[in-house]
Amino acid sequence: MSDETNRDLSAYPIEEPLSEEFVELEEFRHEEGELVDYQSDSDDLGTLDEAVEEDGGRNSFVDVLIGNVDADAPVGIDDQFVLGEEMPTGKLQLVTRQTQIKEFTLMSIFFACAIVAVLGVTLIFAFVAYKAFPIFTEVGIGNFLTGTEWSGTEGLFGIVPFIVGSFVVTIGALVIGAPLAVMTAVFMSELASPKIRSFVRPAVELLAGIPSVVYGFFGVVVVAPFIARLFGGVGFGPLTAWIILAIMIVPTIATLTEDALGAIPMGIREASFAMGANQWQTIYKVVLPAAKLGIIDAIILGMGRAIGETMAVLMVVGNAPQLFAGITAPISTLTSQIVLDMGYATGTQRTALFGMAAILFLISMSLVLFVRLLSRFGQEMSG
Amino acid sequence: MVVLSGDVEKLGPTSYSEPLVENPADATFYVRHLNFWYGDFNALTDVSLDVRKHAITAFIGPSGCGKSTFLRCLNRMNDLIAGTKVEGTLLFDQADIYGSGVDPVDLRRRVGMIFQQPNPFPQSIYDNVAYGPRLQGIRNKNELDAIVEKSLDKANLWKEVKGILNKNGLALSGGQQQRLCIARVLAVQPEVILMDEPCSAIDPTSVQKIEDLMHEIKDQVTIIIVTHNMQQAARVSDYTSFFLQEIAGEPAILVESGPTSEIFTNPIDQRTEDYITGRFG
Repeated sequence: MSDETNRDLSAYPIEEPLSEEFVELEEFRHEEGELVDYQSDSDDLGTLDEAVEEDGGRNSFVDVLIGNVDADAPVGIDDQFVLGEEMPTGKLQLVTRQTQIKEFTLMSIFFACAIVAVLGVTLIFAFVAYKAFPIFTEVGIGNFLTGTEWSGTEGLFGIVPFIVGSFVVTIGALVIGAPLAVMTAVFMSELASPKIRSFVRPAVELLAGIPSVVYGFFGVVVVAPFIARLFGGVGFGPLTAWIILAIMIVPTIATLTEDALGAIPMGIREASFAMGANQWQTIYKVVLPAAKLGIIDAIILGMGRAIGETMAVLMVVGNAPQLFAGITAPISTLTSQIVLDMGYATGTQRTALFGMAAILFLISMSLVLFVRLLSRFGQEMSG
Repeated sequence: MVVLSGDVEKLGPTSYSEPLVENPADATFYVRHLNFWYGDFNALTDVSLDVRKHAITAFIGPSGCGKSTFLRCLNRMNDLIAGTKVEGTLLFDQADIYGSGVDPVDLRRRVGMIFQQPNPFPQSIYDNVAYGPRLQGIRNKNELDAIVEKSLDKANLWKEVKGILNKNGLALSGGQQQRLCIARVLAVQPEVILMDEPCSAIDPTSVQKIEDLMHEIKDQVTIIIVTHNMQQAARVSDYTSFFLQEIAGEPAILVESGPTSEIFTNPIDQRTEDYITGRFG
């Protein structure tokens, strides 16, 4: 091998290959005998956008549509004319009309798919809000949001017991489920050997695949009798719901937390070990703090899952429209009460149910919004 | 170049331009007949080497020649990779590094490490440097402040960051991050610092600052640096060891070891000469 193998390549002047190209272009011009006149299409070619419109240029229609065009950057040889240079295109193929139509059609199909989600959210919220609107006149927003009595026959539609019920059930489930899930994730990501991980992870993912009615059934048949034996009563109430919901949110929180832990560079773990930290110190003082935002994110999404869960909660929570009065006293939640009453409710009661749905919608939406803000905050922190 | 056999001390496949020590007490690391496996793959074979106290030793060689692997044996970082195995004698301060019951955590506290990619924790500059002392139970604010300032100063970074100690370490430039990592290691007062290509991912100004600080701290700390850059090895090191894997899939060996001046001006082995003159490939 020659001496050149180890020489720094950047030492070579960058103009070398370029100048070759220019020589070729010069030769080409001479051979052709005349220069292609770019300016013949239009006399006014001031900006790139106009150029794209004029001849389809190097930026296809889709590029323009999705904003993939950097108007300041030179895009290629074709742009040279903007700078007043004269360059031949004879050897470069122009974008065909057919390609443009194909790209536009594909673009439209994908756009239509994306718009379904946006339209769905908008329409559902508009529908729920429209149906709930008479609340203002028939019940009064104050009575609705602060009333603690719910009785269709007496015309009382206060939803405080359900809001409280939803939060009690959700927070209790998080208190039990979040540590369980985060520790599961730490185990899978940091501690387990690949062999053990290869059956723990699928098991956790399978939990997410079990239908909620099966969880509810498990609660009715196994957990509720167990609670009844421990604390007396019928066994249906917040405590039973907490246990069932805690298991249900584990896969959501655990898999997202594991992803967050996996995104932490191996380098900072090594750095911690290399400083004489042991495994626990590395996990508690470096890995978990580094993944903090991702874990909070995971917990909030788990919270969203818990607050929206209906069937399993309905089956174990006791379904009494009363304020939280102890871990075994039956209560009801926004979701379970809607399902219970929807079958027969008419008139104002039906309107009140839509009102509850709207409240639930707002709560879920603020959770999602919070996650968004959090991740943006995280990006700013690290960026 | 022909070398008379009388000039050469040989142990295993290696040529030594300076004889190895007889007494393990004379070397910070005393390595004899070391073999290393990744699973079934014998990555390094029959390495015998001394690392002298309070000197800078450079490990050079082409990519994949096992120099980083060897470096990671010295503070047992290879333990973190499943299926690795070490055989032979490997003494640090006369104690068997891989002896049964030896706590790698204590070893790593005494043998710090700097990595190729700067890897500050996503925490404040202050917390990064205070990490090690806090692990050792130092809670006193004044004491921590003093350690942080002293370590950053030694790492040639104090002037640049003294006003922004609460800023995230990741907000610094790559070269500053690497010096932050060095300060972080210095804060635990290790006896040895292993540097695994510390300058390959950073800007030339920072490289200069790091080489300066290596000279400044070498009377307190033994330094081993793995580098691809032979000029850097020649500039900073007192001793140089040349590793080589001649055939892919075969174990790498230590070809030659000795004072840097000897290795670079008067190499014994033809392969060493070929490599340092850039005639390798």
